[in-house]
Amino acid sequence: MSETAAIQGSPEGVDGLVEDWASDKQTYNVPWGKAMMWIFLVSDTFIFTCFLTGYLNVRLTTTEPWPLQTEIFALTLFGQSIPLVLIAIMTFILITSSGSMALAVNFGYRKDKQKTFIAMVITALLGLSFVGMQAFEWTKLIVDESIRPWGNPYGAAQFGSVFFMVTGFHGLHVTGGVIYLLIVANKVRKGDYDKKGYEIVEIAGLYWHFVDLVWVFIFAFFYLL
Amino acid sequence: MSSEAGQQHPLGIYYKIWILLFVLSGFSYAVDYFHVEGGMRWFLVITFMFLKAGFITAIFMHVVWERLALVLTILVPPLALLFLIGFMTVEGNYTEETRYQYRGHDRTLTPLSPADLHGGGHADEGHGAEAAAH
Repeated sequence: MSETAAIQGSPEGVDGLVEDWASDKQTYNVPWGKAMMWIFLVSDTFIFTCFLTGYLNVRLTTTEPWPLQTEIFALTLFGQSIPLVLIAIMTFILITSSGSMALAVNFGYRKDKQKTFIAMVITALLGLSFVGMQAFEWTKLIVDESIRPWGNPYGAAQFGSVFFMVTGFHGLHVTGGVIYLLIVANKVRKGDYDKKGYEIVEIAGLYWHFVDLVWVFIFAFFYLL
Repeated sequence: MSSEAGQQHPLGIYYKIWILLFVLSGFSYAVDYFHVEGGMRWFLVITFMFLKAGFITAIFMHVVWERLALVLTILVPPLALLFLIGFMTVEGNYTEETRYQYRGHDRTLTPLSPADLHGGGHADEGHGAEAAAH
């Protein structure tokens, strides 16, 4: 508890930065789990950015025409072809799940186990529906549009390989996140965190928001541009 | 603002950011729906993208309330990626131009759309402009 006292007397901003790094104490005033989750997320940022940079590079270097992404991802609803409608729904679902996760973190710190549990399960179910829609999208691309990682009828072969790799890696993150959230939600329900504290819900939330964050970039670069 | 009790904030701010993210996603989608093309499309999509990413990181992930030591640990290392992106852009353009100039690749190719293959209604409008740009 001495750390807390030191932080309370410590200045904010640049002076606080100097003090946090220079004093003979733990640098970050957050639980270790949270600091490690942040370090994991920073390294995951590097992985996703390397994938997206690879995408940038193959899209620039190939002299084959790049497939028209907005037309390939159009979906026919009520007899009308609507561009990107499935992707728009997936985007809104993921944002909604991010919002419900933020609420879960807040309820957790209020030690409201019931509401935390419900908000986390809603988040996980939304994540699951996202993965379901992605499976549907992949099926449509593979079966109806004949897009393969090694080629497609519309243009550059690289389109399939980067698309399946990046969205697949993101989908794996979502799937892992759903499992992670359900495990933590179950522990919340059982009251495992009454003594340990509810930071763990915030840590799980960081991961979930990161998955949403990555989708923001995928949505822009794979579907809109 | 950060305390030993963890990140605790009024619920109102989460609802506001939630609505804001919905609106920004709606704007991004509108860019595609209304067929905004060219430089304006890139500018709008990337602006909305960074705004969304910023709000998620700052508010939902609580970065704005963390101490500077943690904030800089999170935000500074990814700046190295800007160099990677910059270098790969230069390199990519160079490789493409080399292929056109020395390998005889065709500059005028245009992609096929699903309508072309499935025999659907609208012909490929807008491809001509793309071919002319090359």
